[in-house]
Amino acid sequence: MKGTNLGEFEELVLLTIAALMSEAYSVAICDELEKQTGRSAKLGVVHAVLNRLEEKGLVKSKLGEATSTRGGKRKRYYSVTAAGKSALLKAKEVRDNLWNMIPGMSLKNI
Amino acid sequence: MKPKSRLHPPRWAERFLSWYCRPELLEDLQGDLNEYFDRNVKSKGVSRARLIYILDVLKFLRLYTIRKPEFVNLLINWIMLGSYVKTSGRSIMRNKLFSAINIVGLSVSMAVGLLMIAIIADIFSYDKFHEHHDRIYRITSQYQWLENKNDQGNASNSMTVGKAMQENFPEVEKTAVLHTGFGGDLQFGETIVSLNGLWANESMFDVFSFSLLEGNPATALKQPFSIVLTETSAHKLFGDGNALGKTIILNKDRQYTITGIMKDIPPFSHMKFDLLGSLTTREITKEDDREWQWDNVWSTYVYVLMHDGTDMKTFQSKLNAYARKNDNLIPNVKIFLGCQPITDILVGNDLNNQIGPTFGKITFWIFMAITAVILLSAAFNYTNLSIARSLRRSREVGVRKIIGAVKGHIIGQFVVESIIISLLALVFAFGFFILLKPHLLSLQGELRELLVLDISPLLISYFILFAIAVGALAGFMPALFFSKINAVKVLKDVSSMQVFRKITMRKVLIVFQYCISIIFITSMLILHKQYKHYLAFNLGFTTDNIINLSLQGNKPDPIMADLRELPEVQNVSRSRLITSTGNYWGTHMKTEKDPTDSALVWHNFVDENYLPLHDFKFLAGKNFEAKSDSAKETEIIVNTDVLKRFNIASQIPADAIGETVKLDNQKVTIIGVLSDFTYGKADSKNSNEVIFRYSRKEASYLNIRLQTKNWTETRAKMEAIWKKYDSVHPMYAKLYSDQIREGYDGLEASIKLATFMAAMAICISSLGLLGMVVFTTETRLREVSIRKVLGASEGKLVFLLGRGFIVLLAIATAISLPVTYLFFEKILLVQIGNHTSIAPFEMFAGVLGILLLAGLLIGSQTFKVARANPADVLKNE
Repeated sequence: MKGTNLGEFEELVLLTIAALMSEAYSVAICDELEKQTGRSAKLGVVHAVLNRLEEKGLVKSKLGEATSTRGGKRKRYYSVTAAGKSALLKAKEVRDNLWNMIPGMSLKNI
Repeated sequence: MKPKSRLHPPRWAERFLSWYCRPELLEDLQGDLNEYFDRNVKSKGVSRARLIYILDVLKFLRLYTIRKPEFVNLLINWIMLGSYVKTSGRSIMRNKLFSAINIVGLSVSMAVGLLMIAIIADIFSYDKFHEHHDRIYRITSQYQWLENKNDQGNASNSMTVGKAMQENFPEVEKTAVLHTGFGGDLQFGETIVSLNGLWANESMFDVFSFSLLEGNPATALKQPFSIVLTETSAHKLFGDGNALGKTIILNKDRQYTITGIMKDIPPFSHMKFDLLGSLTTREITKEDDREWQWDNVWSTYVYVLMHDGTDMKTFQSKLNAYARKNDNLIPNVKIFLGCQPITDILVGNDLNNQIGPTFGKITFWIFMAITAVILLSAAFNYTNLSIARSLRRSREVGVRKIIGAVKGHIIGQFVVESIIISLLALVFAFGFFILLKPHLLSLQGELRELLVLDISPLLISYFILFAIAVGALAGFMPALFFSKINAVKVLKDVSSMQVFRKITMRKVLIVFQYCISIIFITSMLILHKQYKHYLAFNLGFTTDNIINLSLQGNKPDPIMADLRELPEVQNVSRSRLITSTGNYWGTHMKTEKDPTDSALVWHNFVDENYLPLHDFKFLAGKNFEAKSDSAKETEIIVNTDVLKRFNIASQIPADAIGETVKLDNQKVTIIGVLSDFTYGKADSKNSNEVIFRYSRKEASYLNIRLQTKNWTETRAKMEAIWKKYDSVHPMYAKLYSDQIREGYDGLEASIKLATFMAAMAICISSLGLLGMVVFTTETRLREVSIRKVLGASEGKLVFLLGRGFIVLLAIATAISLPVTYLFFEKILLVQIGNHTSIAPFEMFAGVLGILLLAGLLIGSQTFKVARANPADVLKNE
């Protein structure tokens, strides 16, 4: 294990879960990711990442109610755990720190 | 119902997903895929959506989704295995007849499978002993004259290509160049031994892993007049003495030094030789002034050892470019080059001019196909009989299910049972295999050279694996069938089970098996008739009581004189070749009238005794007169086909006498016209324009007409005469009729093969039929008894029970006879010259035999049931 450090895509998925609140299940996450990033999110990839996040303890999941869509299969809703929240905050902090190190002028020159 | 099911993802993909996916992930994943499927149906259409669904299911097959096997289940299966074996043993013992039918049927066909495995094992071990076998390629050639490309291609190539490989292609590490025609009589002191071999260049031992026992492999074939002998050859010539460095005389001509002794060639080498001569010798002897011609692609073999990691595609395109550069060397001739891995040579494409015998791709696949048909046929039998017996076993299955067996357990039990039967069959099959092996090898002369079929531990393990596979294959269908039995229904009322639903499939199988039997046996009879026909074929001249003696380079005159002294010798003539055995030798002929019309005619050089000795019929003119050895050729004798081809003298034989034609740029006169006779083989469709030319020198054979029935005594006398003139070579003399028969060895081999296959197919289908009849009669025992009580006669009962089977046999006959007839009449026989027509005997004799046998089987079983005492059967009701 590479520790609890978040990969870029993992971070995106985790943020999407947090953003979708109670509607965060795999297909919705994919759709939202596509909408926000503009690049296609494959179900297989998202599914694998969700599985990994759950293994790391950053998200937890529960099955929802059966509906007539999806061939009568239940949805698995994901929500961010406390550990997930702190991982997100840590990632944001790292970024913010880095951003703060860049003086406004020099970024413009790039 | 319909439209709804159309919008469903493919069932098998769904099932596959739920099979491999972990239960805790499954539901969610299924739901996701369904959701995407519905979306795709709307946006992309049903078929695309289905495709995407399938792809997704396959994509999700990842480590984290795969269900982990549960340890407890494995343990249970392991424990249950003992139980399966025990119950299987019991069930095999309880139904001795069915078990016997299954075991014998499987073992007969498995024997064929074993032979096939042994053959494949042999074939795939060919040329693997070469250390670099994965990097050795043979450069093949294809010859094109104007637009006529010989599409088979040649295994041989030209010397020029061999040289170019070494010099122009950096990716080639070493090149071995071999040339045919080295060998002859080797003389050392008083010993003379006749050996055959190849010319080879110095890289021979770098490319191939033939190991030298004595001598230096790097230099052995470098110097001119060097010879490398195999161990056996060296032993023949020198006994146990030392051979290295000794000098021998080849063909009473030149001296060669022995520079190496090599280990005997392994059996699985596609090239075989007794000795090698250094190719550099040919540069000095200059035997062939066309040797370095670009289009002389007939007697040299080029093998290259490529550097590691060479891209063969690039190499091939470089070969093509090189060949195209040389297109202009010889007008109208193009040579195409290709490369073939050395391990592909034995079963690769059928090429002309092979260096040794090969198996041929087509032969190989025919063998494979026949084996598969026979094996499937026997596996069908097993499936068939097992399902037929399901009525009896269903109660057992029901009880098992109620106690707690799941589908998997039932399947396991029946598959184990069929594997046990198949392993038992393997024991018998192995016996058959040992019995059949020598017969297979003697089927055709070449097979004995090609195959060894030695039994090794590896081969035995292949056999066992094969048996297990056959068992699993045969047992799977019945196992699946039993596993689906509804326990409650079965235990309540056995007869409610609808085993007869699948009766059509079983009927089809019986018809299929009988079709195969009939096709094989009828083919065998038809081929046999053709064979007999060709042996008795009227060739247009007599071959009775004629022995052909090969001169093997000796002077004919003294031997002829001595032979004439023998009292039983009527006459002796000489000829260049023995016709009507498949030998051809042609030359071009022109007429005076039309010098542009040059055509190929077959010829033979004979002396004045040849035509009378063979009773050739003259339509006009006369025979040759005796001339001296040095006389110029002025006369020929032709057959009527020649007159027709060139339209000489309006095709009237008498008028053709005295006409002149041009042969090899010389004018010759026609002095005789013969009625037509067969020059090549009776079954060939080649043209038949033949001329006889007079020559005393060109003789290769003496034709001796005898007046005796005691061949052995005469042969001994001839042998004594032969010894006087040639003490080195054994006498090679054969009866003309035997030589003709040898020409049909291939046909004889096909007949033997067809006979064997027919026997096998009949055996399997009879067993299958027997099983079905026994089953049907037993299940209808009660019905028969009641009918009998009500007054049905035995004859009527036999008819009632047998009727169904008779209909099946009739259908099989109606399908297979026309198929066989059309195959021979329209496809096979039209390709063969002078064939006889198919008579009713061949068509119906085999069928009649098979039907009689089947009738006997059906009759015996049904009669037994019909004779049964109804009181015994019905008293238990």
